[in-house]
Amino acid sequence: MNERVAMLRGDAVYRVHWKLGTDLLVGVCHCGAEHDSEDPVELWDWLLAHPEGHRPPVAAPPPPDRRPAGALV
Amino acid sequence: MTFARNQWYVAAYGREIGRELFARTILGEPLVFYRSEAGEVVALADRCVHRRYPLSESRLEGDTIVCGYHGFTYDKAGSCVFVPGQALIPRTARVPSYPVVEQDSFVWVWIGDRDRADRALIPRAPWLADPAYTTVSGMEPLAARYELLVDNLMDLSHETYLHGGYIGTPEVANTPITTEVDEDNRVIYVSRHMADAACPPFYAKSTGIDGRITRWQDIEYHPPCLYLLHSRVAPVGVLPEADGSDPHGFHVEVVYAITPETEHSTHDFWAVARDFALDDQEVSDFLRESNRTVVLQDVTALDILERVIQAEPPDYQELSINIDTGGLAARRILKRMAAEADDPAKGVAV
Ligand SMILES: [Fe+2]
Ligand SMILES: [Zn+2]
Repeated sequence: MNERVAMLRGDAVYRVHWKLGTDLLVGVCHCGAEHDSEDPVELWDWLLAHPEGHRPPVAAPPPPDRRPAGALV
Repeated sequence: MTFARNQWYVAAYGREIGRELFARTILGEPLVFYRSEAGEVVALADRCVHRRYPLSESRLEGDTIVCGYHGFTYDKAGSCVFVPGQALIPRTARVPSYPVVEQDSFVWVWIGDRDRADRALIPRAPWLADPAYTTVSGMEPLAARYELLVDNLMDLSHETYLHGGYIGTPEVANTPITTEVDEDNRVIYVSRHMADAACPPFYAKSTGIDGRITRWQDIEYHPPCLYLLHSRVAPVGVLPEADGSDPHGFHVEVVYAITPETEHSTHDFWAVARDFALDDQEVSDFLRESNRTVVLQDVTALDILERVIQAEPPDYQELSINIDTGGLAARRILKRMAAEADDPAKGVAV
């Protein structure tokens, strides 16, 4: 199952996905930045340091609650 | 770690409070509860201002408590309305009263500054008082600090070991786990979504599903007190509707209220609500017995752990692994809540 579960809908949600079959945790910030770690303590430190050290991917999709300008119908 | 004051806590089930005086200590504060003649719940400090006699060991007369030692008499707001042998009532003769809200079958009490008590901040567990659900519930005393119960409930992988397969299923090991933290609203959510799992005999029998199931076990923790475990089963591939409704799923809502009694003891409230087999007594008995068994297994283990921790130097270094992701998030928020309570200037409106 590759699909990432997202149940909370707030504006400032931090997510940690445990990659199935591995010991790897993937942290995803609400800004789109991602970080892998095998240590949950280190990963929370990284996530909650936002925006410090967070570089969102160039093609980061906009958060679901914000539409690109001009897309309003 | 100190308590997170200036928060709502579950003090009791509504059914526990009647026309008898009822004592319960919350966050180290001894309280006395009763129901007024009009039916509303009253909470006062459980100590007479005169010589500290417990008001809970006293007598309820109408809507007043008459101290069982010298007869100081207090009204619902804690004001002294009678002092034995004299006409003048000293200005300082009053016991603190506590804001109380009855909601979702619980009695919630605000521990902290009275004027900060906002009932809109109380998290909801609506199933417990919803006629579309049948609920079984109880409370077990825990001789351990509440943080240990939070740790325990945030990591369900312990069920394989501590509960000896009582509630665990083989698919769990092959289920991706996602942990989410909403910093603004202070919610921690841990999802275990099993797309294709065997249907445990209990569910097959009580829901009528035959064949494999989609099974979700989602933790939703509202620190400090309310913990929800949303358990959902449905025939394989059947998901909730886009609008959030879920007419084809079967739901068991497990609710815990984690209320510190003292620094080293906790009130462990538990309830199990379901939206199927509503009138089936056998199903109620099974859910009550199995959940109570699981709670008591945890209580036994945590009582042992508390004794171990008390015998240790305070700065023992633990090791945290992947299964602790949710528990670590909970600890962080609890720590921040406790810090804000010590220093209101640090508090942020939520
Ligand atoms: Fe347990
Ligand atoms: Zn970020």
